[in-house]
Amino acid sequence: MFDESTLDANAVAGELEVLFAVEMTAVVGKCAHCGNEAAVGTLRAYVNAPGVVLRCSICGEVVIAWAWTPTGGRVDRSGASWLGQPSGAAPSAAAPSEA
Amino acid sequence: MPPEPLVWQIATVSAIRGETERASSFTLSLPAWRPHRAGQHYDVRLTAADGYQAQRSYSIASPPAHTGVVDLTIERIPDGEVSPYFHDVLEVGDLVEVRGPIGGYFVWEPALGGPLLLVAGGSGVVPLMAMIRQRAAAGDTTPTTLLYSARDVDDLIYRDELDALAGDGLRVLPTLTRAHPPGWTGYARRVDEPMLAEVLAALGPDPLVYACGPTLLVETVAAGLVNLGVPPDRVRTERFGPSN
Repeated sequence: MFDESTLDANAVAGELEVLFAVEMTAVVGKCAHCGNEAAVGTLRAYVNAPGVVLRCSICGEVVIAWAWTPTGGRVDRSGASWLGQPSGAAPSAAAPSEA
Repeated sequence: MPPEPLVWQIATVSAIRGETERASSFTLSLPAWRPHRAGQHYDVRLTAADGYQAQRSYSIASPPAHTGVVDLTIERIPDGEVSPYFHDVLEVGDLVEVRGPIGGYFVWEPALGGPLLLVAGGSGVVPLMAMIRQRAAAGDTTPTTLLYSARDVDDLIYRDELDALAGDGLRVLPTLTRAHPPGWTGYARRVDEPMLAEVLAALGPDPLVYACGPTLLVETVAAGLVNLGVPPDRVRTERFGPSN
């Protein structure tokens, strides 16, 4: 399912932060395909394409993908049932707090 | 306080230090420096005269306490687009476009505790070194083991500093995959599950693991640790892609 060119979402954390205006790799998401709940940072990243594809580390399906157009980024996150802050997570300097 | 947007800025190279034959540390002075967390990286962007751009991510090697500057340790990839520019062209005083610090998943700070197992392949040691340096700077005593795979002794980045920092709960275990000096008593093979089992047994229960390096090494580590009973949510990985 994964090969030696596979990266983690951390490799595109900068693009994710620009697209979502918040640090995203510590955000938790639920895979809409298999139900796995894990940090966005665990998603496998594929970057050798016109856009970027992030796949579930368990089932390999696409969770988040985006491409840059002349007018900005366009994100498809229909492979995520939800995205949110982890419960009981250590506060992050870059992520919004729950308070 | 809302997060500040991630923007590109022009950094000045204020120092260059050779680490090994293939790796050097570049100290960048940042006009819009922000505190970072150990494990984070910066994106670097080069723009050619014709507008072509190449972008790569490089881990921060320095601990968060160094204000105004960051050290990026960069390995020279012979057919790379960005790293040869750093090694062959950039000089002290030159300018380079960067944004960061970036990332919030592959980070460690003393409050996250341990025991800490750090597994590095090649230049994958860089973000783990930021964690080790922060641990040392904070006087933290979290039991920590660094299992560090490299081709040979001369390829071990930060070797002297790691030797000096070892102790106070820090074990440094190099494993040399191609050549080792006469009398070498350390590991001398690629990281495998029996090696991980030995290291884990000495470290204690419920470790927090950070593994960084070529994808195949990280896959071996992640799968091996799961087989050895480490919960997947205690293992954080950063895959570099193919080994060089």
